[in-house]
Amino acid sequence: MIDPMEDEEAPEALAPAPAQAPRAIYRHALATRIWHWVNAVTIFIMIGSGLMIFNAHPNLYWGHYGANFDHAWLKLPRFPGWATIPSHYSLAGARHWHLFFALVLGFGLLAFMFASLVNRHFQTRLRVTRADLAPAHLLADLKAHLALRFHDPENPAAFNIFQKITYAGLLFGLLPLVILSGLALSPGMDATIPFLTDLFGGRQSARSVHFIAMALITGFIVIHLTLVILAGPIEEVRSMITGWWRVPEEPEQ
Amino acid sequence: MITRRSLLITGGAGLLAGCDAIGRSPATQAILGSADDTHKFLQRSLRVGRTALAREFRPDQMSPRFRVNGSATANTPEYAAHAATNFSDWRLSVTGLVARPLSISLAQLQSMPQRAQITRHDCVEGWSAIGKWQGPHLSRILDLAGLRDTAKYIVFHCADRMGGNTPYYESIDLVDAYHPQTILAWAMNDKRLSIGHGAPIRLRVERQLGYKHAKFVMGIEAVDSLADIAGGKGGYWEDHSGYEWYGGI
Repeated sequence: MIDPMEDEEAPEALAPAPAQAPRAIYRHALATRIWHWVNAVTIFIMIGSGLMIFNAHPNLYWGHYGANFDHAWLKLPRFPGWATIPSHYSLAGARHWHLFFALVLGFGLLAFMFASLVNRHFQTRLRVTRADLAPAHLLADLKAHLALRFHDPENPAAFNIFQKITYAGLLFGLLPLVILSGLALSPGMDATIPFLTDLFGGRQSARSVHFIAMALITGFIVIHLTLVILAGPIEEVRSMITGWWRVPEEPEQ
Repeated sequence: MITRRSLLITGGAGLLAGCDAIGRSPATQAILGSADDTHKFLQRSLRVGRTALAREFRPDQMSPRFRVNGSATANTPEYAAHAATNFSDWRLSVTGLVARPLSISLAQLQSMPQRAQITRHDCVEGWSAIGKWQGPHLSRILDLAGLRDTAKYIVFHCADRMGGNTPYYESIDLVDAYHPQTILAWAMNDKRLSIGHGAPIRLRVERQLGYKHAKFVMGIEAVDSLADIAGGKGGYWEDHSGYEWYGGI
């Protein structure tokens, strides 16, 4: 199977496109697209049901134990109904949603990682190169970003360094962290693989890490959606459905 | 941007309301509920998942104060009478699919070989407290009664009455019933179990969440099916609110 991405990255494809109808490039592999949309639904349900579970005891602690009489490092008001699943108070209902989609999230990430090694998505798209990290390049990327120019006109399909760091941080950092800290909350798993809970310094620490990781993922989603809107939501969403993306006109070209 | 944002928020709230509607359908509940069995299967499939011991702690790691939760007392005249006599006439009944039904006094439970363990109590709400529990192994009592081969579950009938005068009850399977840390605790933190924590005895089933740890246990019944007991789901909270029967996650 030919990966069109490889062609796009080949030097001969780098010649600036003459002014003509916008060219379309194959931007997102099938595995990426399937996982993206399954995950979009999954993360949405996990955060909503997780906030409802949090509402049952909206305090966070460090260490092995932590309850009403112990010192909480964070006490929050309960999250409102519009942010929770279900919208009325139901710890049992929220747990059904959360523990079902936890399986989708965990095994979905595993499947996506496997597929992305096989189709070389990780190697070709997310690898940070020495050139990416050159100070001049970093500065240029930052300037382009601040000017809301998100695509390198010479290689428009490539992720820039900020995208690479963000996506890699999410895939290999935040998502595994939120899954493992969630697993560490299970008394059955704690008996079976106690090193996992130890890794976080106790069950209540794992619960705090779980919440912090959720907050960072929520932050990612806000930035991600904002940038999709700024970059042209119709083209961006279309490419994540069909895989094909029309390169936007660069005004200064 | 404001309109876009409010659109997103409205859309989000609509999606959440949609989740409510979807969540109420019996088919969805059946699908979501299947995760309980899946988690149990996955945990028990791990090599040590059936026999693994729950984490135990040192005395200096215990919670300074262990909160009471669930029923603070059992609100029946019979229980009040037992409490007034310090449970001297109380008997634990062991019935159902056993060769020799038993009636065991608190003194007899206290004279059996004991296990003491400092473990973490994890409430389904999210908090944890570490305390010391002591009592005889449930497995010893089941052996004394001669559990029949047809028995699949152990049911714990409790003295506390919940809303609508419904008795609290819980159940576990034989993997947990014969687990070495599953005890009938009559002592907590080196003192007789207080009424708030479930006197005279409380089940400790350490690898599951707090609601499985039945308080005020009056009787143990061995059964082959949970379907004919109360709401049929194996426990008061399982029947009443749809909590998972397997409380290991």
